[in-house]
Amino acid sequence: MAVLPLGKALNLAMRRSLAEDDRVVVLGEDIGTLGGVFRVTDGLAAEFGPDRVIDTPLAESGIVGTAIGLALRGFRPVCEIQFDGFVYPAFDQIVSQLAKMRARSRGRVRLPVVIRIPAGGGIGAVEHHSESNEAYFAHTAGLRVVSCSNPQDGYRLLRAAIRSDDPVVFFEPKRAYWDKGEVDLEASPASLDRALVLRKGRDCTLIAHGPSVKVALAAAEAAEEDGVSVGVVDLRSISPLDVETLQRCVAETGRAVVVHEASTFLGIGAEIAAVVTEGCFRELKAPVQRVGAYQLPYPPAHVEDAFLPDVDRVLLGIDRSLSFGRTAAHV
Amino acid sequence: MSHPALNQTPAPPATRTDPSALAARVPLQLVGPDGRLTEAGHLRGVDVDLARRLYRDMVLARALDREAVALQRQGELSLWLQCEGQEAAQVGSVHALADRDHIFPSYREHAVGLVRGLTPAELLAQWRGIAHAGWDPAEHHLHFNSLVLGTQTLHAVGYALGCRLDGDDSVTVVYFGDGAASQGDVNEAFNWAATMALPVLFVCQNNQWAISTPTSKQFGTSLHDRAAGFGLRSWWVDGNDALAVHAVTTEAVESVRRGQGPALVEAETYRIGGHSTSDDPKRYRTDEELDAWRRRDPLARLRTALTDLGVEAAWFDTVDADGRELAARTRAECQALAGPDLRDLFAEVYADPHPVERERASYEAHLELTGRGR
Repeated sequence: MAVLPLGKALNLAMRRSLAEDDRVVVLGEDIGTLGGVFRVTDGLAAEFGPDRVIDTPLAESGIVGTAIGLALRGFRPVCEIQFDGFVYPAFDQIVSQLAKMRARSRGRVRLPVVIRIPAGGGIGAVEHHSESNEAYFAHTAGLRVVSCSNPQDGYRLLRAAIRSDDPVVFFEPKRAYWDKGEVDLEASPASLDRALVLRKGRDCTLIAHGPSVKVALAAAEAAEEDGVSVGVVDLRSISPLDVETLQRCVAETGRAVVVHEASTFLGIGAEIAAVVTEGCFRELKAPVQRVGAYQLPYPPAHVEDAFLPDVDRVLLGIDRSLSFGRTAAHV
Repeated sequence: MSHPALNQTPAPPATRTDPSALAARVPLQLVGPDGRLTEAGHLRGVDVDLARRLYRDMVLARALDREAVALQRQGELSLWLQCEGQEAAQVGSVHALADRDHIFPSYREHAVGLVRGLTPAELLAQWRGIAHAGWDPAEHHLHFNSLVLGTQTLHAVGYALGCRLDGDDSVTVVYFGDGAASQGDVNEAFNWAATMALPVLFVCQNNQWAISTPTSKQFGTSLHDRAAGFGLRSWWVDGNDALAVHAVTTEAVESVRRGQGPALVEAETYRIGGHSTSDDPKRYRTDEELDAWRRRDPLARLRTALTDLGVEAAWFDTVDADGRELAARTRAECQALAGPDLRDLFAEVYADPHPVERERASYEAHLELTGRGR
């Protein structure tokens, strides 16, 4: 077992995929010589050459559109979008072209394209560098949307995404790039549509993905100190949702709190609340609570700590859930 | 096959300082609107067999197009994007390609599809509302229609990059229109292809109108001039002169195949019909303009030239009969086109197993409940 930061684990996942399959190519802005602005592709161009690790013109629509053409030719392109807020110029290519082409062809073409997006806030960045835009993509049929939260899963999920014959939008929590964890480099690629139960609880279930998993785990620890037993589920896959795992975990505790960095309005939490309510209405002791960002554009970095859900806000969410079913005197 | 490695500075593209490119600045015309050979036509001479093939394919394309318009008027198609008037630009260019050269069309390239062997049923399926893509792109080296303007130019660039990486000398050809040329994707594609010196041929059918917007409101500079700024070799041709389009496209394809970088052919043409069968071109075009372009009709022009070259009237009769036969076949195939069963679509969205397939059960239950199951 190696102890590696997430960024390095993702690098090794690409390195191994490039070595295993010569149809894999990596492309994006500044990913070759520089190794990417976060250095996630560091050393790949030197090892595999400029025909496999391709520095592109500064054009996001071009990166995805060209990847579609490469996939139609039989390649497995792995694109890097430099920052979450820069993916919008490629939005049409992702949601109207990449997502739909296989269905349009009635299953005749495959589009094994991975779009890696460093996502989320918490690094003190300027505007357009801290967004959580997974819901836009998860709403689109034809895409798989994945969000990794730790080095081991990052490694396994990225290898699985590159092996998948379907397009995968792969979110990497940029503030977790430097978080270290044990990585088994021989571990098999992960399932792309399974959530992971990170912690069992009796009183409440926290559901989170990407950067919010760390916050959820810390909140669960804090709640434990107060005598509240809280489970944590890492979604990993946002589309499709692992509905069975979510419903099973929530049915066991009767309470659920969803945590994510994106605005709660029409966010992933709304969908999770709906599917959990549909499946566990009788077991639920409280309405599903959502803890996310306010419906504001991502604010200046000076106030992002107040904007992003932190441990205290998650604990308040747990309290709101627990308050249901108590007598009024306890509320 | 040797090729410049990616991410290395490619050889500078031919520019206006290149005498051959300079010569190409003049819109080439081999047959004048009156059907007489131009000076360039006399110099180059005419390959009569080729001219016959081009003429016949243009007649077939027009027959299919007119029948499709009639089918739309009768409610058999929900929409049709007419290609009448643009037959020379399409037939002339596609005949200059090798069969292995992969094509990315826009949505009006029915004549290109016919030449590539698509059946009327395959061409009509999308417009009858029974498919989003009526044919197998691998079978004909012809990708599906792209309805969001210009998106396919980037797909072509990626495909060409793949050909380069595979050491394959095929050329990727992408069709688009004057309106699409205003889109960001098209300009990204020009830039990308030039930067990497990729084997892409861009073919713009400038049919003068993007629905109701004339090219004068679309371009600040002509497209073939803009191409030079990106580092593309460009050719400008009378798009209603099938022989000229063929000659120019042949030169352009050879240049791309030789590794001289991407190229662009701008074919000046005109769509005689509306943008689609839902359009009313009378609201924005004058009768005088339409008449002027009708006098440059690509079929009449080549017919006159072929007659002057001694092709007998009986041959034209045979071709016209082939056109009528294709029209009848188009009607029959259209009416026989039945839609898919919604149940089948659940398994076709994703290549790997996906929970959406379970929603099929929900749909089946609905069919059962409402008594609509077969």
